[in-house]
Amino acid sequence: MKNRSLISINDYTKEQQLRILDIAEDFEKNPRQRLLENYVVATLFFEPSTRTRLSFESAASYLGGKIIGFSDTSNTSVQKGESLRDTIKTVANYSDVIVMRHPKEGSARFASEVSHVPVINAGDGANQHPTQCLLDLYSIRKTQGKLDGLNIAFVGDLKYGRTVHSLVQALSQFNCKFSLVSPLELKLPSSVKIHIKENNLEYFQTTNIEEVIPNVDILYMTRIQKERFSDPMDYEKIKNSYILKNDMLQNTKSNLRIMHPLPRVNEINEDVDDNKSAYYFQQALNGVYVRQALLTSILGLK
Amino acid sequence: MTTRKEFIVSAIENGTVIDHIPSKNVFQVIKILNLEESDDMVLFGTNLESKKYGKKGIVKVKNKFFKNSEINKIALVAPKATLIVIKDYQITSKQVVELPDDVQGIVKCFNPNCITNHEKVETKFNLVDKEEVKLRCHYCEKITDKKNMVVR
Repeated sequence: MKNRSLISINDYTKEQQLRILDIAEDFEKNPRQRLLENYVVATLFFEPSTRTRLSFESAASYLGGKIIGFSDTSNTSVQKGESLRDTIKTVANYSDVIVMRHPKEGSARFASEVSHVPVINAGDGANQHPTQCLLDLYSIRKTQGKLDGLNIAFVGDLKYGRTVHSLVQALSQFNCKFSLVSPLELKLPSSVKIHIKENNLEYFQTTNIEEVIPNVDILYMTRIQKERFSDPMDYEKIKNSYILKNDMLQNTKSNLRIMHPLPRVNEINEDVDDNKSAYYFQQALNGVYVRQALLTSILGLK
Repeated sequence: MTTRKEFIVSAIENGTVIDHIPSKNVFQVIKILNLEESDDMVLFGTNLESKKYGKKGIVKVKNKFFKNSEINKIALVAPKATLIVIKDYQITSKQVVELPDDVQGIVKCFNPNCITNHEKVETKFNLVDKEEVKLRCHYCEKITDKKNMVVR
């Protein structure tokens, strides 16, 4: 995967995705290796992010790499009206790999075409967030011991959530069963559902979260955004039906893990945090190992 | 023998006839080909009878022979159009336009948040549905379909 940009999850084959997970396992055992000692990683965040940027910078720092970049564009040439093309071409001269987040969809693909160093997409608008997808796969495989044959529930905003779209697409390569829990207004789009159908996988759609809890191996929660509703009354009616509380988790499979891409607002009650099934903070930690695996494999070191 | 349609839209000596255009897209074809600016004779007809399609439109351009890139543009609004090259009142070639698998620089991405609508980037699409004319943007991965297609 040397010099291969990662823009969209399907830029990598299933085998290449699994290889990243294998390398990430090694980094989990030993995250402090001086592999990036003579390398410069650029992190260009044209839009704010806490978790993703810090996780990339932490991943590179543990490996001894140097980091250049910005976390918002307020004191950069972007404010002077510099084009994305020029910013990327310039930064490519100063670094070995570029990690970028940008509010416009397609910006990362465009950057990878003008840059002579590889680009890792850390989120382009509502389009793709492939490193989140890889860390989700890593977390699922780690907690369940496998990626095949699992029953996975996605809950909340299945229409606009880019994490859900990439993960459903990736899991469709494995023999999973999907439970899709959402209000009618926020159902999984047919352009994503097609991946489930093409692989002849079983799926089940419902509006009721309690119906799926006893049967699933993974409960993947997402945030429902108020601004997605045209009628505020509709939002008021359903907002509480997707809040996970500890007393809803009495009758579950013992291997159940609750995941969330974070940040959460109120969709997982804080009393769930101490439940043995809660996994979202560990999930965020796994992001460091997965990003170490990606950086080193793209730089041809692993 | 001339057919009825050629009585309605008269024949040309040399040039191109674009036949089997959906009637409502005739003006779009004229615009795409920039025929409004043409100094040559341009004839057109809409809602003509067609055995194949019920009703159709037709455009005839005197002394004009189209390049491939122009033909691609027509295919987006008139996927079943036939291009007939006329020399000395005789048909010298007849070709059904075909949608290209990759469309570059012709169509605007309908997604307002797509990078191609903010930076100087040539648009690029993959044809994902030939029948319905659905184009997936190479950059933002959103689908632009017939009803929100703007041809540049």
